Amino acid sequence: MTAVFDPGAEAARATDAILRDTLRGTHRGVVVDSPPGAGKSTLVVRAALELAAAGRPLMVIAQTNAQVDDLVLRLAEKNPDLPVGRLHSSDADPYDKALDDLPNVRKSAKAGELAGLDVVISTAAKWAHVKGVEPWGHAIVDEAYQMRSDALLAVANLFERALFVGDPGQLDPFAIVGSEQWAGLSYDPSASAVTTLLAHNPELPQHRLPVSWRLPASAAPLVSDAFYPFTPFRSGTGHGDRRLAFAVPSDGSGPDRVIDEAAESGWGLLELPARHTPRTDPEVVRALALVVRRLLDRGGAATSERSDGPVPLTADRIAVGTAHRDQAAAVRAALAELGVQEVTVDTANRLQGREFDVTVVLHPLSGRPDATAFHLETGRLCVLASRHRHACIVVCRSGVADLLDDHPSTEPVQLGVMVKFPDGWEANHAVLSHLSEHRVRWEP
Amino acid sequence: MSLISTLARLEAVETGRAQPVATVRHRHLTGRPLVCVPLTTAGEAGAPLGALVGTDRDAPRLLVVPQPRDRDLRFAFLAELADVVLPYIDSYAADVEAAERSETDPETGKRVKVEVELCADAPQLIVPSRAGIDFVRLLGRSMRFRRTAEQDPEAPHPAPPRVPLLGRWLTHYGERARVPGSALLLALTDVLSRHWATGQSSLEDQHLGALLAWIDPPEGESGAGAALRAELLRDGRGQLVCPPAGPATDPAFDNKLLAPAIERYDRARTALAAAEDGVEADDRLGELTAAEQHIRELVASRTRPTWDAVWQGLDLLRALPEGGHAADRWTRDRWSFTGHRDRVLAGEPPQPRRDDAVTAANKLATREREQARLEAQEALDDPLVMAGRRLAGEAFAGEVTDVVMAYGEGRRPVPRPLVTVRTDDRPQPAERARVYRSLGGRPQAAEFVGHEDDGALVVLRIVDKMGRGKEPEPGSLPEKGDRVCFTLFEHEQRGGAKLPDPEETPWTHGGPPGDGSPPPDAVTEEDVL
Amino acid sequence: MNKATLASALGSPSAFGQSQFAFMRGNAFEARVKADGGAELLRLVHERLDPEAPPPKGGAVPDLGASGPEGRTARTALALREATGTGGWTLLDHPLLALDVAGSPAFLEPDAVVVHPDGSWTVVEIKSFPMLDGSADAAKVGAAARQSAVYVLALEQVAAHVDPAPRVRHTVLLVCPKDFSNLPTASAVDVRKQRSVTRRQLERLTRIEEIADSLPEGTCFAPDLPPDRLTAAVESVPATYAPECLSACELAFHCRDRARAQDAVTSLGRSLRAELGGLTTVGSVLAAARGESGDPDDPAVAALRRAAALRSEALGGVAAPRAAAEAVPCP
Repeated sequence: MTAVFDPGAEAARATDAILRDTLRGTHRGVVVDSPPGAGKSTLVVRAALELAAAGRPLMVIAQTNAQVDDLVLRLAEKNPDLPVGRLHSSDADPYDKALDDLPNVRKSAKAGELAGLDVVISTAAKWAHVKGVEPWGHAIVDEAYQMRSDALLAVANLFERALFVGDPGQLDPFAIVGSEQWAGLSYDPSASAVTTLLAHNPELPQHRLPVSWRLPASAAPLVSDAFYPFTPFRSGTGHGDRRLAFAVPSDGSGPDRVIDEAAESGWGLLELPARHTPRTDPEVVRALALVVRRLLDRGGAATSERSDGPVPLTADRIAVGTAHRDQAAAVRAALAELGVQEVTVDTANRLQGREFDVTVVLHPLSGRPDATAFHLETGRLCVLASRHRHACIVVCRSGVADLLDDHPSTEPVQLGVMVKFPDGWEANHAVLSHLSEHRVRWEP
Repeated sequence: MSLISTLARLEAVETGRAQPVATVRHRHLTGRPLVCVPLTTAGEAGAPLGALVGTDRDAPRLLVVPQPRDRDLRFAFLAELADVVLPYIDSYAADVEAAERSETDPETGKRVKVEVELCADAPQLIVPSRAGIDFVRLLGRSMRFRRTAEQDPEAPHPAPPRVPLLGRWLTHYGERARVPGSALLLALTDVLSRHWATGQSSLEDQHLGALLAWIDPPEGESGAGAALRAELLRDGRGQLVCPPAGPATDPAFDNKLLAPAIERYDRARTALAAAEDGVEADDRLGELTAAEQHIRELVASRTRPTWDAVWQGLDLLRALPEGGHAADRWTRDRWSFTGHRDRVLAGEPPQPRRDDAVTAANKLATREREQARLEAQEALDDPLVMAGRRLAGEAFAGEVTDVVMAYGEGRRPVPRPLVTVRTDDRPQPAERARVYRSLGGRPQAAEFVGHEDDGALVVLRIVDKMGRGKEPEPGSLPEKGDRVCFTLFEHEQRGGAKLPDPEETPWTHGGPPGDGSPPPDAVTEEDVL
Repeated sequence: MNKATLASALGSPSAFGQSQFAFMRGNAFEARVKADGGAELLRLVHERLDPEAPPPKGGAVPDLGASGPEGRTARTALALREATGTGGWTLLDHPLLALDVAGSPAFLEPDAVVVHPDGSWTVVEIKSFPMLDGSADAAKVGAAARQSAVYVLALEQVAAHVDPAPRVRHTVLLVCPKDFSNLPTASAVDVRKQRSVTRRQLERLTRIEEIADSLPEGTCFAPDLPPDRLTAAVESVPATYAPECLSACELAFHCRDRARAQDAVTSLGRSLRAELGGLTTVGSVLAAARGESGDPDDPAVAALRRAAALRSEALGGVAAPRAAAEAVPCP
């Protein structure tokens, strides 16, 4: 008899092992790789609650204020009685006003005023200014792969031991100036915090959350193969578990056909004729907006394990992803013209960590005459292709495969730097060849 | 590259001469820079062939290594280079002014002002191209660990003390050159390209001769034609008429001229060593001198055109008025110079081969801060640079159409006036985002309130620099009809968080670095071919 | 075909060539690395790539001499097969490998291939640029990695014909002079990325016959043809010039002349085109920027006009800086 993959049991096993190492292990650090939608936030909240319950003073380090506020809200939701400190900056509006409604959350710009609380949460940037305090016994470092090594250097003396959690496939941290002179050094300040940590402490236990609860069965294999070739994961749901259906039948137009293709298969590629265009290609932007308009107009309903019946596909369950801010602005304007308001439109950077039912993506290489390292970065494509629970529709000009062939990666190689996989060029080809099986050609 | 610079390049193609991409000079130039045009030997790292150095454009000092593979001749060259460069550096070390610096008091841990010395000016080193900066670093690296006879009486090939000292200075200058906006060590091609766009690619702009041909073509000739000749024209002997700015030489020069000359020199040396009496030795010494002289002439012939080109380039740059903030950045360079002077005086060891974790992180933080500072300052100093930021939606300029007095919500009413600006620019600030304008050289902040009239009007709420009273101080508010320019980026940079001291490097970064007076480079006979 | 000779005949000689100093030092360095039956080279392979294996004591260096490339390839394949079962270290000095490229064999000569005691194969690349304090010029290391990846692919084709197929290591050994000396030091370079990119390129490569078929009847690249016929012949081959070509191809100066004559914006740099949309010539971009042509609703055209307006506003009243320098420019 073949073993049946039980995602719930697999995930529980991984979580138990992580908590065991965190609460009772002997190592100073534990690293957890979490692919998209694998329950990273749930893990962080649970680890925080268990550490607090065990009477271990805990600091939590996140990367952005939004992430910090989100964690505070989640903790309070799980345990409203837990004394939590929100350390914030002294800028105007330093935290989400929703925190003011939580009686057990104390807010302060001074770490000293939060001393003694079970959990204190802030951004890495704010923690870096905390000096002259007794170190915490435990820390949780969230989004550790998006944290730079130098940011960890600034805060690591604040804790004895730490749990590092993050997604290795998303966008790498970057520096706005060259940092080649430190390439190959174990503590290269521009590398990710996890890279440095593991280079100096290779014996630390490394775990992996093996199940994506977000990505549907149609998406997990592609995303796993293309972006996590050496740390594969599975979808938590099977092929029949999720369904996307539309009340209004297709009118035969390109947008409607690609919506149907994506509803059926989980992926859709709306391909416009090849042409070199500036980033804010008006035809492609308009096509994106039309797809969104039709998604809303056709009375979509999403069926999943989360609810008993179909749930209407509303504007807040749809997102548009782009590579550049001006593209996002152009799409917003085009949507406004079509009377669409509530749909999230943002760049890959800002969509990291978010989740929607359907995403509509402007392919980063669409219409480009050249392929730069920025556009080939795997993290960008990975973020854009892994935000959806049901379907992802990519809008693109034809000719990207030829463009990739004209720009083979000829990256410089730094001695001593661990090769990061996958290669952007290779991953782009892989995604493109998969998408081409779900192609709808359209001439607007 | 912004579309504005792209247009400049295309206009350069059309007009046949370079077009401005800056209206002011964004780097400080001192009155007496030291120019260095080095040449290196192909195939070998850190084997100089020669150099032209000096502060007088009419009287460069020619230094030559007649046999670059000969270790003793190489060291003699480095010692001679130190004889030129160190007195130049020293001439700036003594002229100081009093200044204040914030330091952490070791006892109280509080930040206190300390009276310190700041050198009134600093030595400025100019090389022709970016490869020249790399070569300065390479020379610094090859010299700073050299042992003197005093340090290590047993060392083979002991170096005179000024050689490792020069190595430390060149290393400092090479590192400083990585700081955005610094001007202690400049590559002329970089500075020229910052101010002019040519009708060729930025890759081709790294050829100093071609770059200058576009910017300042000979009378009656197009920049394109002159650049092509500078790049490719060869004389009857197959030699480039405009030799590369170095430090690498043209292979045709190596093979056809230099190799035979070095062979002749080697033969003359061998013959001299084999001389059996004084008369024979005198004759053979004459031949050796002649052979050496020939190599000196060859090196001079390859470096002198570049030397002249560097000074021509400096003239072109000096003709531009200096940008308002260039002096501010030069003051930072003076601090950098003074700091290294003090470290040398204090007897600190040479810079290590590779930075420790804390030093690397501090350098990266400094450079990121200086990059942001440079971008802001260049835009504030130069309308053409600001135009690029406006095109990118990072700034907007226009006319004030309305000023409405309003007050904040606090207990004490503070002025929070609303200012409406009509602009053709299309900024995309987030809700409540901060924008800044320069008010007498200091940034005044405002909050973005909203767009009106389909984006043509931007409504802002001014939030600071209006004094302490209920009414804004006179002159602190723009008035209806004023031209204003607001930026979405900050004008001044905040200092980052202080990192731990190296001896407190955390376990995540390998703990404190080991004790490190770095060992000298291994010297083996195999080094010399 | 010799592209340098061809370039000279076309009237755009390339600036390529090697200094005899670099050539001599490179040869001397490689000879030093391989001296004493490759003792130092095998020591480096052992130390950097396979420290668990028994240390090499006098590895075998088989004779690879044979006549013609086919003969040498066959000799290399035989030597590899023989060495694989011996359980010792073997150094193949300048083996010859054949790689199938679009249906034709391309012959490749790595500096060395080492057979490990466990029967696995490693490509060794010897370069004369230095490793200074453990780091080296990243562009040069990148080029060496791409070169080595091709050798790895070729070795994999050889290995596929051996039963059981030996493992071809995807980590190659790059040997360079250490610091300022002529002593060898080495670094392991993982070429998996380069290998997979090269593999994909080989799969997609336009077959050479297809290029040949698309050429006009009777096209011939003989350098002694009259220049106009030669130019016509070369121009019948599709090529896209970009400034990066200048450091990579002997024909780049010729292609640059053509690109400039065609007024192509890419001759000023590939990245320039990113914001220009469908506009590809200098004339058409400037005309669009000045409002003489182009559709104002095209965002590229609109952006150009805004850029042109902002630029002239900023330069208003400021004459293009032109210094009255007396210095003599290069003639």
